[in-house]
Amino acid sequence: MDRLLNVTTVLSILLLLMVLFSVRRAHIRVEYSVSWLLTSLAMLLLSRSRPLLEIITRWSGVPDTPLTLFLISGGLFLIMFFRFSVIISHLRDDNVALAQRVAILEYHIHSLENHES
Amino acid sequence: MIRAAGPDSLLVIVPALNEEGAIGAVVRAVREHVPGVPVLVIDDCSTDGTIAAARQAGAEVLTLPHHLGLGGCVQAGYKLAYSLGFQYVIRVDGDGQHDARDIPRILERLKTSGCEMVIGSRFVEANGSRTGAARSLAIRFFRLVLRPILGKPVHDPTSGFVGVNRAALAVFSRSFPLEYPEIEALVVLQRRRFRFEEVPVKMLPRMAGRSSITARVSLYYMAHVLLGVFVNILKYDRRLRRSPGTSRPKNGGGVGG
Repeated sequence: MDRLLNVTTVLSILLLLMVLFSVRRAHIRVEYSVSWLLTSLAMLLLSRSRPLLEIITRWSGVPDTPLTLFLISGGLFLIMFFRFSVIISHLRDDNVALAQRVAILEYHIHSLENHES
Repeated sequence: MIRAAGPDSLLVIVPALNEEGAIGAVVRAVREHVPGVPVLVIDDCSTDGTIAAARQAGAEVLTLPHHLGLGGCVQAGYKLAYSLGFQYVIRVDGDGQHDARDIPRILERLKTSGCEMVIGSRFVEANGSRTGAARSLAIRFFRLVLRPILGKPVHDPTSGFVGVNRAALAVFSRSFPLEYPEIEALVVLQRRRFRFEEVPVKMLPRMAGRSSITARVSLYYMAHVLLGVFVNILKYDRRLRRSPGTSRPKNGGGVGG
């Protein structure tokens, strides 16, 4: 159990550092880094606070403490993936509308150029 | 530049992706059978000589900056047609399967029936048209699914040989499915209580290229479209609720026309 918590702590710190470096180098925008930072901090907190994890385990009825950690981490990542799917869908719609608009504007520009020449 | 001329202005749009081998003949056939009607080829970022072949045959070309897929490609044509004031738009596929001789009948039905959409159907009358096994399976499946949703049978829900009037054009300019659009488009129209009819047409063999719906992708196609159909039924249309008068058809009465 202690080893699992230590591994989780190391992974959380690695994730936290990776996100911070990525934000600093502008590889990831600040608004998209927030959910990663919050998730890594939550994992760090749970892995360093065993009593808290045991309280959650008793409260939720999960038979095993490591399983609680696994479920919480998995749940947080699933929420994040869903959030990013929503963002990607919006970006795709915007991208299609923009491409169509560019094509139509280019068509009008070429038509005007041909008309003038 | 193409212009909408008169109250019955028609534009023929041809979505095309790498159709160099067929597009010239398609454009020439349309110009021969519906003379004086502008033809707009929407090029979905082809890597071959589709654009040059279309222009050489006398079509105007709308070139997309990157690949959008069939729905995005067709919608770009609808948007341009709507902004230019066309009253009717008929879509013809760029692979040469649609017989341009059927265009006048589709247009005539659009004008006389008052329907918002007319589908050129291979199966209204037996006309010897042949369909691949995978597509045939999808058509049978979606006939069954769409029957209760649309309130009337649709014989050829996957047909891309489709004519729309300006009311449908207004809807499709705002909202059009991006992938495999034909079936979902019917549901989009049904939600507005628009009507459609089918007219028998003959499908010709492809002049070049292959169908994108192969046996391998047919299951994905069915799952994707089925999901799209139900999402369209359940979708909460804020614009429609906010201003119910703006999107109502002039001759309501449901798809069951």
